[in-house]
Amino acid sequence: MFTLLILLMILMIIGAIVAIQSKDLLSAAISMGIVGFGLTLVFLVLQAPDLAIVQIVVETLTLIILIAAILKTTMEESKVKKSAVVIYSGIGTVILLAILLFILGDTFNELPGFGCPDLRMSQDYIEQGLEKTGAANLVASVILDFRAYDTLGEATVLFTAVMGILAVLRRKGRKE
Amino acid sequence: MKGMTEIVKTVSKLLAGLIFFYGMYIVVFGHLTPGGGFAGGVIISGAFILLIVANGIDDEKISRGKEKAGFLESSGIFLFWIISTIGLCMGTYFLLNFLGKGKPLNIFSAGTIPLCNIAIGAEVSAALCSIVIAFILVKKGDNK
Amino acid sequence: MTYLLCSLLFLVGLSGVLLKRNLIKIVISLTIIEYSLFMFLALVGYKHEAVPPIVTSLTEKNNYVDPLPQALVLTAIVIGLATTALLVALAVRIYEKYGTFDIREIRRLKG
Repeated sequence: MFTLLILLMILMIIGAIVAIQSKDLLSAAISMGIVGFGLTLVFLVLQAPDLAIVQIVVETLTLIILIAAILKTTMEESKVKKSAVVIYSGIGTVILLAILLFILGDTFNELPGFGCPDLRMSQDYIEQGLEKTGAANLVASVILDFRAYDTLGEATVLFTAVMGILAVLRRKGRKE
Repeated sequence: MKGMTEIVKTVSKLLAGLIFFYGMYIVVFGHLTPGGGFAGGVIISGAFILLIVANGIDDEKISRGKEKAGFLESSGIFLFWIISTIGLCMGTYFLLNFLGKGKPLNIFSAGTIPLCNIAIGAEVSAALCSIVIAFILVKKGDNK
Repeated sequence: MTYLLCSLLFLVGLSGVLLKRNLIKIVISLTIIEYSLFMFLALVGYKHEAVPPIVTSLTEKNNYVDPLPQALVLTAIVIGLATTALLVALAVRIYEKYGTFDIREIRRLKG
């Protein structure tokens, strides 16, 4: 299991690097599909079937939206002229990422090790979830009974985003 | 937008009904098996998007479809809001699980959780259909 | 080791946001950053030799994976889809008005 997880993560990193570096926009979108479907396999390895179902369909829809937008506009990335600004920004970004990597590596030693989680908050949900709510799916009982405010907020965010998209992509009315 | 060939149209008609029923199964059994409102809602919208992409778009039919999708989405979230406010009206707290718990591992158990799943499934499927229709209808040189 | 690879994915996405000039590339890099965060939350909740958090029999008590991070990620995935769709819609409108996806050209062609 552990080696399978590491291999999937390395595949996702390679897919991400290809997606950012390629010049053709359509290939970049399809390489992003590698990252998304690799994430589905990672969720299955980590014993989370709920998340795998949602992630695979959401990834398909994201690819459909991106490819529809790319095919309606342009398919190429414009060229980058080498100048002083580009070199300086490249060096600055590499220094920033190195500092971040160092800090993150130091912080991960404070977390409990991989596979031994600190179950202080979920102990109550696991032991008494079935009696208190009656649902056999513990994740559904968490999102719709113990923490239903978050689900209400999320439904509102989805609704608002759809209204925003319909307002931005509105077609002009017929000219009189 | 033009449709595709005859083979694709026939196969998509057969498959769309199957996908729709599979999505409804995942929504309704959300409290017993993995899934729930969000996963089932996205699968249901996938059935409709398959029909749209395979058969091409007619402009008048699509405006009627957009109105129906807007109505379904608003009524889904309105139903969720009503279920949460009933707890307040009964004198206790917001988002109370007021129906009976039932026997575990039955389909009619877990109080209001199946109703909330159905409301969220309706809302998510209509929202995603609206998004994809809006993207397909963008024409070049529209808002100059 | 797994946490380190997860943060590497985050840094790859962050470098894409900082260095690229095409709007669609910036949107793709933002999505990669979000995926790395989902993976991190799912990794925090994993338990060795445990089963998915679904109760199947009423008599025996099993070893379950933590259900709380899974609930958080479930909400976050759908919100990520909504924001990505809104960003891409804005990018399509910008292309129709300015004719290019390059952010430095857009800054010069105001109005």
